[in-house]
Amino acid sequence: MSDLRDLYQEVVIDHGRRPRNFRVLTPVTHHAEGFNPLCGDRLSLSLNIVDGVIQDAGFQGSGCAISTASASLMTEHLKGKTPEQAQAVFQQFHSLMTDEGKAGDDQLGKLTVLTGVKEYPTRVKCATLAWHTLQAALEQKAQPVSTE
Amino acid sequence: MSQALHSQTADALDSEHIRNDFPILNQQVNGHPLVYLDNAATTQKPQAVIDAISHYYERDNSNVHRGVHQLSERATLAYENSRDKVRAFLNAGQREEIIFTRGTTESINLVAQSFLRPRIRPGDEILITAMEHHSNIVPWQLLCEQTGAVLKVVPINDDGEMIYTEFEQLISDRTRLLCVVHVSNALGTVNPIGKMIAAAHASNIPVLIDGAQAVAHMPVDVRALDADFYAFSSHKIFGPTGLGVLYAKKALLEQMPPYQGGGDMILTVSFEKSTWNALPYKFEAGTPHIAGGIGLGSALDYVQSIGLDRIEAHEHALLDYATQAILEVKGIRLIGTARVKAGILSFVMEDIHPHDIGTIVDAEGVAIRTGHHCAMPVMERYGVPATARASLAAYNTRADVDALVRALHKVKQLFSD
Repeated sequence: MSDLRDLYQEVVIDHGRRPRNFRVLTPVTHHAEGFNPLCGDRLSLSLNIVDGVIQDAGFQGSGCAISTASASLMTEHLKGKTPEQAQAVFQQFHSLMTDEGKAGDDQLGKLTVLTGVKEYPTRVKCATLAWHTLQAALEQKAQPVSTE
Repeated sequence: MSQALHSQTADALDSEHIRNDFPILNQQVNGHPLVYLDNAATTQKPQAVIDAISHYYERDNSNVHRGVHQLSERATLAYENSRDKVRAFLNAGQREEIIFTRGTTESINLVAQSFLRPRIRPGDEILITAMEHHSNIVPWQLLCEQTGAVLKVVPINDDGEMIYTEFEQLISDRTRLLCVVHVSNALGTVNPIGKMIAAAHASNIPVLIDGAQAVAHMPVDVRALDADFYAFSSHKIFGPTGLGVLYAKKALLEQMPPYQGGGDMILTVSFEKSTWNALPYKFEAGTPHIAGGIGLGSALDYVQSIGLDRIEAHEHALLDYATQAILEVKGIRLIGTARVKAGILSFVMEDIHPHDIGTIVDAEGVAIRTGHHCAMPVMERYGVPATARASLAAYNTRADVDALVRALHKVKQLFSD
């Protein structure tokens, strides 16, 4: 179980079972839907951006522990950041999942508990769904974003 | 089916011995002996099938139906020999009724486009059930878009059984084809297709059966069933991928225009007009999957050397054992509890997502499928985004089931607070 514990760290299990910011947001300035057709994970992400700062972030949907924990940790992490800062975190997180974190990890904070996911290629999409949805929300995309 | 009823016949099948015929099963995955329980997705291949394919490429590789040289003759003989084996396997009347395709999906698309499209009018109806695989939904939706026909769906009950009275009511004078899955890949339900075919025929409605999940697990006799079309895939019955079969009654095939144009399916070609080859070649454009056909022939030999009656009995007994064992894991709910079921256990586990279950049991060497199983409407019906699914084959044993149950306990342990 030691290997699996790298993937399913306690923080991941905790956020997977009791996601933070799992709620409908009002008001909402930015919104996007995410979908992982491989496993059926669905995510609805809402942001409230005022004066160029993400004041609040919330999500709803259904997904595995990895995707739920990732969305939960992401929404916690985003509050108080500008969209540009959020983009920088996205770049680092994406890099952490796909190329050994070459983009650095100084912006990631608690998000590094998801590091173990990179050892499970089929699960990387679960961890990045929330982040791709964030990108779509920031770009105000009307079409749901898909991980495929 | 009761365990006692099958215990004697089940013992007659030596699954330990059968396991040895499948080299892939003899390996460690993540430090544990592989337990392969994803047979509804694809089955493993016995050494005989691997050897038949190797032999073909090492000794006989050549194009079929055209060369006068020795290799082409051998390749053609072996490939066509497989057609005869398929005919006998399904108890079809004639070899002309066996069309080789790329798989069940292509077989169904062939029927949609070549059989039904020319004879369907706006407002006509195509009848399917709520437990169909996407491959028996989407080709009909495409056809409805092309022709203005309407798709009608027979609902299922909470156990995952088609509601027969609803089926009877949905048969109308506009129904042009009934398309039913023999065994549901997501639920394990075995549909009463004999009875359904008879009911459809009473209203002059032809019937297509999707047999992808049936042929490796129970005897199928297309003439006894009186099926008009019966489709299956080689890779789900221990043969190679990329090859499938469409059985169709000759009288229907004769009325149907070709599905695809190309080499092999023609008799003569000129720029003014071409004429079609005889059955079954009219429906087999281009160089076929020769090695696949030969591999399937070998797979059917293999299955028949064991006997489908014995395989069916073995899998039923194992399904009973697995159902009992898996329900002893607290928090597991089976999706699909039909009275007549094949060896498929679809389940959910409290609030633990199937994808997490799949990853954790894989760490224990246990391969199961997780997801919507290409049956999104079934998931919708049960209000779940996905299920975990263990599916059985002739080589599975009680020890495999025990390993799955142990792994499921690990899942619970990891997710316990």
